[in-house]
Amino acid sequence: MYEAVIGLEVHVHLNTRTKAFCGCSTEFGSEPNSQTCPVCLGFPGSLPVLNRVALEYAVKVGLALNCRVQEYTKFDRKNYFYPDLPKNYQISQFDLPVSLAGFLDIGPEENVKRVRIRRVHLEEDAGKLIHKDEMSLVDFNRAGIPLLEIVSEPDMNSPQEAYEYLTALKSIIEYLEVSDCDMEKGSLRCDANISLRERGTSGLGVKTELKNMNSFKAVKDALTFEIERQARMLNNGETLLQETRLWDPKGLQTVPMRTKEEAMDYRYFPEPDLPPFMISREKIEDIKKGIPELPKEKMIRFIKEYPGISEYEARILVSNKSCASYAEKLFKEWPDRNKKPVANWLIGPLAALAAANNREIADTNITASNLLELIKLVEKEQVISNLTGKSVLEEMFSTGKPASAIVKEKNLAQVSDESALEEVIAGTIKENPNSVEAFRSGKENAVMFLVGQVMKRSGGKANPKVVQDILRRRLKDA
Amino acid sequence: MDLSKLTAHELTVKIDKGEITPADIVQSLKERIKGADAKNKAYVRIPDALEAQVETGKADSALRGVPVSIKDNICTKGYNTECCSKILCGFKPPYDATVIRKLKEAGATIFPAKTNMDEFAFGSSTENSCYGPTRNPWDPDTVPGGSSGGSASAVASDEAIMALGSDTGGSIRQPASFCGVVGLKPTYGRVSRYGLIAFASSLDQIGPLTKDVRDSAILMNAISGHDPLDSTSVDIAVPDYTRALEGGAKGVKIGIPGEYFAQGLDKEVKAIVEEAINKLRQLGAEDAQVSLPNSQYAIPVYYIVATAEASSNLARFDGVQYGFRKADPKAALIDMYKGTRREGFGDEAKRRIILGTFALSHGYYDAYYLRALKVRTLIKNDFDRVFSEFDCVVTPTSPTVAFKIGEKAADPLAMYLSDICTISANLAGIPAISIPCGFTRKGLPVGLQILAKPFNEELLFRLAYAYEQGTDWHKMKPKL
Repeated sequence: MYEAVIGLEVHVHLNTRTKAFCGCSTEFGSEPNSQTCPVCLGFPGSLPVLNRVALEYAVKVGLALNCRVQEYTKFDRKNYFYPDLPKNYQISQFDLPVSLAGFLDIGPEENVKRVRIRRVHLEEDAGKLIHKDEMSLVDFNRAGIPLLEIVSEPDMNSPQEAYEYLTALKSIIEYLEVSDCDMEKGSLRCDANISLRERGTSGLGVKTELKNMNSFKAVKDALTFEIERQARMLNNGETLLQETRLWDPKGLQTVPMRTKEEAMDYRYFPEPDLPPFMISREKIEDIKKGIPELPKEKMIRFIKEYPGISEYEARILVSNKSCASYAEKLFKEWPDRNKKPVANWLIGPLAALAAANNREIADTNITASNLLELIKLVEKEQVISNLTGKSVLEEMFSTGKPASAIVKEKNLAQVSDESALEEVIAGTIKENPNSVEAFRSGKENAVMFLVGQVMKRSGGKANPKVVQDILRRRLKDA
Repeated sequence: MDLSKLTAHELTVKIDKGEITPADIVQSLKERIKGADAKNKAYVRIPDALEAQVETGKADSALRGVPVSIKDNICTKGYNTECCSKILCGFKPPYDATVIRKLKEAGATIFPAKTNMDEFAFGSSTENSCYGPTRNPWDPDTVPGGSSGGSASAVASDEAIMALGSDTGGSIRQPASFCGVVGLKPTYGRVSRYGLIAFASSLDQIGPLTKDVRDSAILMNAISGHDPLDSTSVDIAVPDYTRALEGGAKGVKIGIPGEYFAQGLDKEVKAIVEEAINKLRQLGAEDAQVSLPNSQYAIPVYYIVATAEASSNLARFDGVQYGFRKADPKAALIDMYKGTRREGFGDEAKRRIILGTFALSHGYYDAYYLRALKVRTLIKNDFDRVFSEFDCVVTPTSPTVAFKIGEKAADPLAMYLSDICTISANLAGIPAISIPCGFTRKGLPVGLQILAKPFNEELLFRLAYAYEQGTDWHKMKPKL
């Protein structure tokens, strides 16, 4: 039996207004090469000047990941030739990165898995190659955008753990508001190192580096594929090569890119154009004060402060900062001690609706107070049924109108008044003699069929509980 | 009156009196260049430059529109800046170097012809230029020194009033010495490097080459100071260097390092330099022997640090964005890289890129680069120790006078050794000046080097000016 050993390297674009070493804008999606200058184009004679905000963001992430933030940090050059790299070296950090030795906890509270963070360092991004017909074009708008590299220790043992680590990491970075973490725009990228070893041993096997995964799911799929591939080879007595492999999202497999022998010698050396930076203890403390409540702390607090919320629910609600504050607003305003109904609506119908429309929970035009009103109408005042509530929610989503207005406009209020229901119920009994007979002969289920018929005739507006009471009474009486 | 023969401070007097205009000086220089440069070859791409309309600085400014000639590795917006390398042919920077901006703000006229240099400043003779060698005006069969040989030769031959060079291991001072002019390498961080096409970033400094010490101070006033665009420039106030000139030599404590007067030093040069020290003594300076024991490692340390940085700095010349490209539309990327760099770089550039790449390679880094950095610190410590007791150190600028063209071209190591007296100042980051201090029997100039602690250029100007006032070497002109 093998055990997988997985380490992840995550690259995150920092959302500073300007690039890491010049004043060019970092805006996404502009005209190619419109956001460039002699510095980010690497023109002869140009020199880098560090964007201090990028350094602060890097420190912030280091602190949030429980790292030791270095008071003395410096930049190094990573040398390699590629047309998207204007200077043919990348300004990065080698032996004195911004932060070292942190950790990130994943998994449920009673069984936490601690993944150690090796380092967090700041570097500049490269440009983008566009291959067109016979030509290759370079867009340098991305060149020089500050990039944070977060390297874990090989502490994860399954694709699922890697997935949870990525989710937790993304969530923290979003909370810090230092990146939009959008994988589609390339503002979050992930490479994985994976090897296998005999379960129960502690050595490390021959590792593969996996690249080109464009979503967290792709990371999981690539790791799953790679575990099977390596296990099969080991079982067949074949020798694994230390190599870099690319995830092929169409073929759902990893394909070889280069072996260790072909690996580049980056010839790191200290960047002579940037003197080392000192970050004072006071400055680090200042940055620390600016760190908001992070997802895990928030989850623990939600469970404690809002009865009826499970860890599972709290974890989902806090995974996104705006969702968490949206939920918290509802919890606070929900009149009952038990907040379960609110959580159910958030994680159930609202989450489904948002997901179907590619939105975040807090990013629809359903305001917290409008949602609160809807939940009250269903759960407390029983003005509408659960089912009607869901369709009202959809209406709210598309029109932005408050629930009460929709209920009134469409005349959706449940009918609970017995006298108003008498006629429909009498008609239903008359038209379904078989069901009536079945009920009377002891078939309990038959009553539910009759309730359904009444609901249908009332256009879904009848209060099903009231209908059932009346039906039972009438069928026994007769 | 031939205006080209004058210094900047002499010309400004004439401008102030209304006798001449900045345009007159430019005209005079153009004529001088037409007469002398065919032989001297101090400038490159002359025909274009002489036809260009020159935008002169204002007569009521600090520099009164005096023209300054610029080495070919300092970016001038819209004018070719090629480092005298084929790989940068046709490169017109879209921006001015900070020193150019400052010169314009101070009212200087940026002379449109650039001065010749060793390709990418790799050399000590200006022979490694894709435009061919510059001549030493004192003897056209000898080199002007390098890499700022074009600037030195132009100033010495009155083809320039004053010039900017760059100094990574002696590239301003050694040619100043060979050509009998004043050359200053400022403290690392005193002058912005923004727009200087980098050779070795931790060593490069831009500095003045001038006909006398006062002009050197005037030019330093204009180009010095903190630049937010250069993170290695230092935010220390810039004094008026011309005010330091009159301080006199009296009481200045001079250290004479025995290591710089040892083997390899030409006897005639040694005697002339010792005579110059004697002169300083007569002027009231106090001297004593000192030791800079780690200077013996300066050359190997330099050729590791400088080539390592150069190998990375020159990686950007790949044919992708600007300059020369070996264009074969069918060629693979790697072949474009190889072809461009094979044909674009000269031999010395290739040699240094290979040396530097090797020094940084996996498995060799610790033994070469890291060790070199440690010895560099020892060299700096030597100077710190000496400067705790002495105001300055005085040495020859070069162990020999100008050598023959071609003499060392086939022997890189011999060429590298000609920088033995100048390299330590770059490694230590300290300022150093070379001033003319005599001539050999064959009539070739000898330079005296003065080194001081960081940001004490004032002391250099004070002592150099005192010496200059007591001698006539700076007034000698080569017969062309």
